[in-house]
Amino acid sequence: MTHASRHLLLLGPLMGLLTLAYLVPFLGVLRWSVTLPEPGLGQYGRALTDPLIRSILWRTFRICAIVTVISVTAAYVLALIWVRAAPGLRLLFELFILIPFWISVLTRAFGWLALLSTRGLINTWAQSLGILSEPLTMVRNEFGVIVGMVHFLVPFAVFPLATSMRNLDERVLMAARGMGASRTRIFWQIFLPMTRTGVLGAALLVFVFALGFFVTPAILGGGRSVMAAELIFLRIFQSPDWGLGAAISVIMMVTVGILMALLLRLTGGTRQ
Amino acid sequence: MTQAAEIEARGIGKMFGNFAALSDVSFTIGRGEFLTLLGPSGSGKTTFLTLLAGFEAPTSGQLLLDGRDLTATPPETRGFGMVFQGYALFPHMTAEENIAFPLKVQRRSAADIRARVAAMIELMGLGGHGHKRPSGLSGGQQQRVALARALAYEPPVLLLDEPFSALDKNLRGQMQDEVRRLHRELGTTFVFVTHDQSEALALSSRVAIFEKGRLQQIAPPREVYDAPANRFVAEFLGDINILPVDLQAGRPQVEGRAVAIVTPGTGPLALRPEYMGLATSEPVTGNALPAHLDDLTYQGAETRLALTTRGGLSLILRLPTADVPQSLTPGSEVWATWDSARGFRL
Repeated sequence: MTHASRHLLLLGPLMGLLTLAYLVPFLGVLRWSVTLPEPGLGQYGRALTDPLIRSILWRTFRICAIVTVISVTAAYVLALIWVRAAPGLRLLFELFILIPFWISVLTRAFGWLALLSTRGLINTWAQSLGILSEPLTMVRNEFGVIVGMVHFLVPFAVFPLATSMRNLDERVLMAARGMGASRTRIFWQIFLPMTRTGVLGAALLVFVFALGFFVTPAILGGGRSVMAAELIFLRIFQSPDWGLGAAISVIMMVTVGILMALLLRLTGGTRQ
Repeated sequence: MTQAAEIEARGIGKMFGNFAALSDVSFTIGRGEFLTLLGPSGSGKTTFLTLLAGFEAPTSGQLLLDGRDLTATPPETRGFGMVFQGYALFPHMTAEENIAFPLKVQRRSAADIRARVAAMIELMGLGGHGHKRPSGLSGGQQQRVALARALAYEPPVLLLDEPFSALDKNLRGQMQDEVRRLHRELGTTFVFVTHDQSEALALSSRVAIFEKGRLQQIAPPREVYDAPANRFVAEFLGDINILPVDLQAGRPQVEGRAVAIVTPGTGPLALRPEYMGLATSEPVTGNALPAHLDDLTYQGAETRLALTTRGGLSLILRLPTADVPQSLTPGSEVWATWDSARGFRL
């Protein structure tokens, strides 16, 4: 038996599970999308032309893009401190990064609700201190959704970034310093480009993850900033419009697939 | 070309916690010299180079560049060139961009940068590879890019940290020739770190030998090899036979046999393997010790012989294969001989 086939054998059980748990149901969804309520591509036509669905898909991509940019930027700073700080500070940041992982997404969404709502902590404090006269609307809109999503996703972005920073050869930075380069120049021209793979990986991870967000937008968006996942839920569980829900699911899946392929090309082309 | 610089180290010490990486190192690196820092790993040679480059500050002592105090100057303003172990090329830049980087840092004009990069590509024989990234270059080519990048801005001092350790033997030889040629052509002061004795002897105008954070000897290659300052230096630079010398009525003896020694000193006599000879019967004149041949290793042009004398001393001989009698096999009884003018006293 060759080396590769032995590896495949080891992977077998996992492959089987994934096929059963993901591929089979996905094929079912694919079938619904072209058979319900009648055979044909009619549901795809609807999904891509209906102004309401289009606006929700567009909002989903916009929010996800904003969340990705904010999360990756914040995670870059966190990862940089985590990787390069003194041991004490490093431990503190490790806790900051890890603690959110231990708290359920639901709890966190309600936490933000308590903090950001019209009669929440921030508004009541700001008003009693006289900073605000009218409460700020920070939930039941896109702002709330973005805050909640960023908070959830930052830790996920930290890991690929920290890995690419750790793998970086310290001597390359020393070489740049020895040639007289300033810290700013070293960061923008050496450090950032060398951690590019990590940035792309983190961005893709966050973006794909964000596309499927359900709980956070449902709670912090309060039904006003509906995103794709919630839309699919509504189509399938509330209005029995399975065909349309399935078609939107397939569109999301294909988008994710295309993004993954793009990333592989981008990082594969610059592999060092 | 910028004037080559002179560097003086005065009582340099470096502590890492309680560990003294360097203690009281003082010497001068001459203008345009090719100095090699040689020593086993952990001897302090790399630490000394790091201090020279400015990436670490000494705990005590002073560094002077052409008489000016350099100790507190950060690496970015020292203006030295450095070639790192593993080259430390910028992986996302082409060979040309790598070489241009330090010139851009110095805000030179675009035309000047183009001309300098082209000249370095030419000097290093990298024609046709300028647009490749380091990942597309061979080890030797990456090494050349690293040298070109370090020399592009005409630094007064070039520091090289074990630059050839990743290269195979043939390429190593080629790159050594190349570095020697560069040194001759540019006249820059070169400071080179290695743990490879033959590399140090082959390249440098002087060798500084470090052990346990202390400078053991600094002298031209021939002198450190033929007249080592102490036993460590003698043994570190290659195989050595050490013969204890007794005085019997004022006349020197080795294992009870009278010998003639002209080299001054009182310690044991040290002889490099290539300075000893072999005889199959007791020679009429000259120094000789009866011995048993334990092993004989054919190495092409040379043959290495391991002997044990009757008194129990282990000796290593390295003879031109042409001078080794064909009949000789392990187990033979032989005589180890040497010229009284050879060797040194430890």
